[in-house]
Amino acid sequence: MKRPTFAGGIHPPGHKWMTAAAPTVAADVPDRLYIPLSQHIGAPCAALVVVGDQVKKGQVIGRGGGFVSSLIHASVSGTVVGIEVMEHPGGSFVPTVIIENDRREEWAETVRPCSDPSALEPARIREIVQEAGIVGMGGATFPSHVKYAPVEGTQVEAVILNGVECEPYLTADHRIMLERPQRIVAGLSYIMRSVGCARGIIAVEDNKLDAAEALGAAAASLPGVTVTVVPEKYPQGSEKQLIYACTGKEVPPGALPIAVGVLVNNVGTAAAVADAVELGTPLIERYLTVSGDGVARPANYLVRIGTLFGELAAQSGGYLDGVERIVAGGPMMGRTVFTDQVPVVKGTSGIVALTGGQLPKGREYPCVRCAKCIDACPAFLAPTSLAKFARRSAWEEAEMADVMSCIECGSCVYVCPAAIPLIQYIKRGKQAVLAARAAGTATGKG
Amino acid sequence: MNNPEQLLTVAPAPHLHGPDTVPTAMRDVLIALAPALAASLYFFGLQALLVILSCVGGAWISELVCLRVMKKEGTGEWSALVTGLLLAFCLPPALPAWMAALGAVFAVVIAKHLFGGLGHNIFNPALIGRAFLLASFPVAMTSWSTPLDGVSTASPLGIMKEATGAPLPSIGELFLGSVGGSIGETSALALLLGGGYLLYRRHIDWRIPGTMLASVFCLTSLVAAWRGFGPWYPFFHLFSGGLMLGAFFMATDWVTSPVTKLGRVLFGIGCGAMVVLIRLKGGYPEGVAYSILLMNVVTPLLDRYSRGRVFGRGKAHA
Repeated sequence: MKRPTFAGGIHPPGHKWMTAAAPTVAADVPDRLYIPLSQHIGAPCAALVVVGDQVKKGQVIGRGGGFVSSLIHASVSGTVVGIEVMEHPGGSFVPTVIIENDRREEWAETVRPCSDPSALEPARIREIVQEAGIVGMGGATFPSHVKYAPVEGTQVEAVILNGVECEPYLTADHRIMLERPQRIVAGLSYIMRSVGCARGIIAVEDNKLDAAEALGAAAASLPGVTVTVVPEKYPQGSEKQLIYACTGKEVPPGALPIAVGVLVNNVGTAAAVADAVELGTPLIERYLTVSGDGVARPANYLVRIGTLFGELAAQSGGYLDGVERIVAGGPMMGRTVFTDQVPVVKGTSGIVALTGGQLPKGREYPCVRCAKCIDACPAFLAPTSLAKFARRSAWEEAEMADVMSCIECGSCVYVCPAAIPLIQYIKRGKQAVLAARAAGTATGKG
Repeated sequence: MNNPEQLLTVAPAPHLHGPDTVPTAMRDVLIALAPALAASLYFFGLQALLVILSCVGGAWISELVCLRVMKKEGTGEWSALVTGLLLAFCLPPALPAWMAALGAVFAVVIAKHLFGGLGHNIFNPALIGRAFLLASFPVAMTSWSTPLDGVSTASPLGIMKEATGAPLPSIGELFLGSVGGSIGETSALALLLGGGYLLYRRHIDWRIPGTMLASVFCLTSLVAAWRGFGPWYPFFHLFSGGLMLGAFFMATDWVTSPVTKLGRVLFGIGCGAMVVLIRLKGGYPEGVAYSILLMNVVTPLLDRYSRGRVFGRGKAHA
């Protein structure tokens, strides 16, 4: 039988042993929480509170305009002591609500458990998801209620829960699958109902067979749901590659998964959906891994949104000498931060502190045409050619060579012996092609 | 992080890098050439060592001079050593040292640096060095000696081509390398060991040596069947001359071979077919070097017309 995976990809060292067996601990809730008003793809939120306001845990404090946005909730009860523009782990500066924690942990009145979740209409489930501020927790932070909304002329035939967690170091999804399998399966059932779909697939990488087993047991009573074990390979958790592994269908370039009748969500998102539907709790905390060779005691935490990276690092015993980069997310696709005084947001799947010994080194050489990047590319592109086009601003050639299909997984850079920053060139190409399309001057295929 | 004011390094992802760099890959090629080097020293002794040192020295010095003159960074990253060693491996053991050194200088200066240096050459530099020497010193370049005792002899392919009636070496001798020929090409065993190492380290794609050897084997089998030779005939072609050296170390040269999988298959088949054509119908008894150089010319074409489909385009399922 064909193994459920994709062509291309790489095998970076996983480093997951550092935290895979460590049960999740609830991180200390700090005295002050810093809650950015933009933690999602889409319109940023406007503050619904002013300095001096008392807020309760789970209270809506930010609301954006339009459908493609997501609500922001207070993650503790307390007093709003400031609304300031602050650094965000995504690299930008955004208005941030600062809450002084009163340690009473009082829930907002709006947070009420549902007496009969099995009777909820699909539209009501989507409303609950929207009210709970749920976004894709794998890191993409796309508002989930938008994803679940019906699209004219399409039908979701399968919901895939992504429990692959192919980024090195990260084990938070592994832990949530082990510790809350029933919540994940319950969330999957609500998602399936909200989109009117009878088939659910939970995909887990074969380095987490214990999680696959736990989910399989939890899903045993749910018809139409199966657990698919996929081989360990990066970027197996990339949406299009995962859909191909699970269904054999390829999402065309530029299209969304719904084009092949699939909806993909992270396992953590599903657990958040279950909490929102059954308990009425909004998304105010998340699982994440603090790891890397630059942190003293790597661990998995359940963290309130708005906790500073530095506070979590301190709980992990602080940094070791030689830390050069702190990555929000995994080391393959995560963003580095300028400072650890940035808050955990809904999309923060991990905090990885890396010392110099791990980082790419050595000077850049000319391309020696080894084709390792071509063999590694899961989108079947020729990264070195795309980089050459971008280097000489040949945007039409880049577009013809499908530069827009790049998923920016970084596999090409990982394998490049010449240490060429291929991704940077390719991102430049994508930006230029997007700009040309927006200006209506694009040629070639779309 | 004692000082929160101190900013960390911010750099684009990925923040991990694989173990391979250009210098480590070149080092691996040198490691892969070690068995053939040992075999060449065993069979051809000091004579071979002198040619090897001349080539490597000539290549290394030319590389340093070129980098300096062209104001480029670095010290060659072992690639000139690879070029020098590969050139020496396809030269006769008794070649005068100065000729060997001249060939190496030509290879590095003309075939590599005048084309733009590392990564930009169209032709395999070592093979250009050999072609240059063969054109310039045809007699010295075709004077072979027997292994171990150094008596003047003809190469196995030469014996076959000239049909002098001299006995052909056995397949076993060809495989081990105790026959006349270029310094590093005679021992198929040593070259297979090295080639296996490069395959294991994933520096080369099996498609190029695999299809090149397979096409030589198939075509010579056809010839054997047609002309009534025994089953030894295709094996003789497989293990004689520079085929193993060329298939694993020359045709697989990153810079001058195709980057696509289909391109590599076509490239390997083309190389093998050209080898058989030159060996059987050409003026020279051996054609590996020219076959690869000729296929180097079509590498850009092969790349252009063998580009695969992008994920999600065309085929819609497994």
